[in-house]
Amino acid sequence: MKFKKKKNYVGVLSSVFAIFIGLMVGLVVLLLCNPSQALPGFATILSGAFTHGMRGVGQVFYYATPIILTGLSVGFAFKTGVFNIGTPGQFIMGGFGAVYVGIMWDQLGPVHWAAALLAAVVMGALWGLVPGVLKAYFNVNVVISCIMMNYIGMYLVNWVVRSYKPLFNTLRNESKNVAATAVIPKMGLDKVFPGSSVNGGIIIAILVVLLIYVILEKTIFGYELKAVGYNQDAGKYAGINEKRNVVLSMMIAGAIAGLAGGLLYLAGTGKHIEIKDVLASEGFTGISVALLGLSHPVGVLFAGLFIAYLTAGGFYLQLFEFSTEIIDIIVAVIIYFSAFALIVKTLLGKLKDKKAGKEGGNET
Amino acid sequence: MSVIYFIFQQTMLFTIPLMVVALGGMFSERSGVVNIALEGIMIMGAFTGILFLNLTGGKMQGQVQLLAAIIIAMVTGIVFSLTHAYAAINMKADQTISGTALNMFAPAFAIFVARVIQGVQQVQFINTFRIESVPVLGKIPFIGPLLFQNTYITTYLGIGILILSAVVLYKTRFGLRLRACGEHPHAADAAGINVYKMQYAGVAISGALAGLGGLIFVVPTSTNFNADVAGYGFLAIAVLIFGQWKPGRIFGASLFFGLMKTIAAAYSGIPFLASLGIPSYLYKMVPYIATMVVLMFTSRNSQAPRASGIPYDKGQR
Repeated sequence: MKFKKKKNYVGVLSSVFAIFIGLMVGLVVLLLCNPSQALPGFATILSGAFTHGMRGVGQVFYYATPIILTGLSVGFAFKTGVFNIGTPGQFIMGGFGAVYVGIMWDQLGPVHWAAALLAAVVMGALWGLVPGVLKAYFNVNVVISCIMMNYIGMYLVNWVVRSYKPLFNTLRNESKNVAATAVIPKMGLDKVFPGSSVNGGIIIAILVVLLIYVILEKTIFGYELKAVGYNQDAGKYAGINEKRNVVLSMMIAGAIAGLAGGLLYLAGTGKHIEIKDVLASEGFTGISVALLGLSHPVGVLFAGLFIAYLTAGGFYLQLFEFSTEIIDIIVAVIIYFSAFALIVKTLLGKLKDKKAGKEGGNET
Repeated sequence: MSVIYFIFQQTMLFTIPLMVVALGGMFSERSGVVNIALEGIMIMGAFTGILFLNLTGGKMQGQVQLLAAIIIAMVTGIVFSLTHAYAAINMKADQTISGTALNMFAPAFAIFVARVIQGVQQVQFINTFRIESVPVLGKIPFIGPLLFQNTYITTYLGIGILILSAVVLYKTRFGLRLRACGEHPHAADAAGINVYKMQYAGVAISGALAGLGGLIFVVPTSTNFNADVAGYGFLAIAVLIFGQWKPGRIFGASLFFGLMKTIAAAYSGIPFLASLGIPSYLYKMVPYIATMVVLMFTSRNSQAPRASGIPYDKGQR
C-alpha cells in the first residue's frame, strides 16, 4: 500500500514537471512575439479564469464537462491496455444520438433529457464496440480502426443531419435547437455561478468519474480489465476472457465519450452539430486530459479542470492581441513532455530500487 | 473522353500527396518507429512552404519558386520530425503519445505564427505553377492529355519518389539495414548496425516526405492555407496499412483513395455518377470503410514491421 502511494507521487511529480515546461515554453513564445505584452499576457493565462469571479469559475466547469468525460474515456481504455483515439467519432455519434432524441421525441416530458443522454451513451458505445470487436476477433490494430471510425462517424452524422429535414437548420448549416425539455437541468448551479453556462452536466460527469473509479478499483470486473491491460498473456493464463474484456472496455470507453457529446449538445448554450468536415476537437483534447491525469479517474477529473482553466484564461488573451492558440501550443508541449515523464518515472523508480537494494545489503 | 481526362488529372492531384506521405510513413515504420504525427508534419511543411510562396510572391514565380518552397517544406518536416525521433528513440517515450503531441502542436503553431506575422490565420498565395501542357509530350494522343496536360511538376516528382523509395528500400544496403531494424533490432544491432542511427534516418525521411506532401496537397487544390490538411495525414496512415508497408501497393492504395476523393469532390460534374444520385458523403466514407474491411481480412497475418512501435532498448533480451 505504501509502495503504491509512492509510485503515484512520482507520477504526479512528472505531470507537474511537464506542466511547468509547457508553461515556460508558452512564456518564451509570448516573449518572442511581443516582449512588452508577454508578462501581462502570461498572467492572464494563469488567472484569467477568475476575471469575472464566480461566473468565470462556472465557465471553467462548463468547459471542463465534456473534456473530463472524453479524458475519462481515453484514460479508462488506457488502463485496460488499449489506446482509444476514437473519442472524436464516439463523441460526435453521442452528440448526434442526443440531438436526434432531443428534437424528435419531444413528447417525453420531464425524462426527455435523460432519454436523450441515454441515446448518446448507446450511440457512443456502438461506435466504441466496433474497434473492440475488430480487435478481439480479427486482431485489427485499435488505433487504426479508431481513426477510421472517427471519419466514418463524422461523415455519417453530417450526412444524416443534413439530409433529414426535421434535424437541419438550413440557414445556419447546423442542427436545429433541441426541445426545451431535452436541455439538461441546471441542478441549482445557476444560483451558485450566476451568469455562467454551467449546468447539471458537470455533476453527471463527476458521478461518472466516481463510478469508473469504483469499477476499476473495487470490483472483480475492473481488476480483470486492468490485469489484461498490464499483461495480456498473463491475464489469459489466469483464466480471464481477454477477448470479451477488450470488447467491453472499448464499449464502455465509447459510452463515456458518447455521453460527453450528449452533455455538450444538450447544454442549452447554443451548441449545435455544425456541418463541417472537421473532427470534434473535444475528442482529441480528451487524449491530453487522460495523459496529463495519468489515466487515473481522479487525475483525469483534475486534468480536465486544469485544461478548462487554461482555456478559460486563454480566452481573455485576445485583449493583448495574442491568439488563443497559445493554449493549444502549451497543452501540446505538456503532452510531449508527459511522454518523457514516463521515462523520468522509471528512472526515479530505478534510482529508488538501487538505494533500497544498497540499504538492504548494508543491513545484512 | 474529356471527362476521363478530367477525372484522371484530378485523381492525380489527390493521389500524389497521399502516396508521398504514406511512403514517408513507410520509411519510419520500416525502421521501427510508428509515426502517427504525419498529419502534424504535413501541416508544418505546408505552412512554411506556403508562407515562403506568400512572402516571395511577386518577386519570384513559376517552377523555381515552387521548387524552393518544396525544399523549405522538406527541411521543416525533417526538423519537426526530429522532435518525434528524439522522444521515441532517445527518451523511449510512447510513440503514439509523442505523435499526438506533434499533431496538436502543428495547427496551433501555424495559426499562431500566421497571426503574428500577418494578422490573419489564412496564408494566401498565387498559384503560378500549373503546367498547361508539357512541351512535346503533351501533344501525344491520349497519353498526352492524360499525363502531360493540366498537371503540376509535383506529380512527376511524386512518381520519382515512388521509384526511388522502392529502389532504396529493396536494392540498397541502407534499405536492407532499415528493414532489419524494423523487424528485429537486436539482431540488427548484433550484426553491427547502429539501430538508433537507422531509426533517426527513417523518421527524418518520413518528416521530409510528409512536409513535402503537405505542400503539394495544398498548392494544386487551394489558394490559401488555413492550418489544415483535411485529415490527409491520417488517411496516409490508412493508405500505408492498406498498402501493407510496400511501395507498389501503397501506390495502388493511394490511387484508389485518390479516385474516391475525386469522385466525392467532383461527382456532380461527371454525368454518369450524377445520374446515380448517390450522396457525396457516401463516396467520402468509402475509403475509410474499405480500409476497415481490408484490415479485417489482413490483420491476422499482418505484414507490419514486427518491432514497429516498440522502443529499442539495448539491454533488453
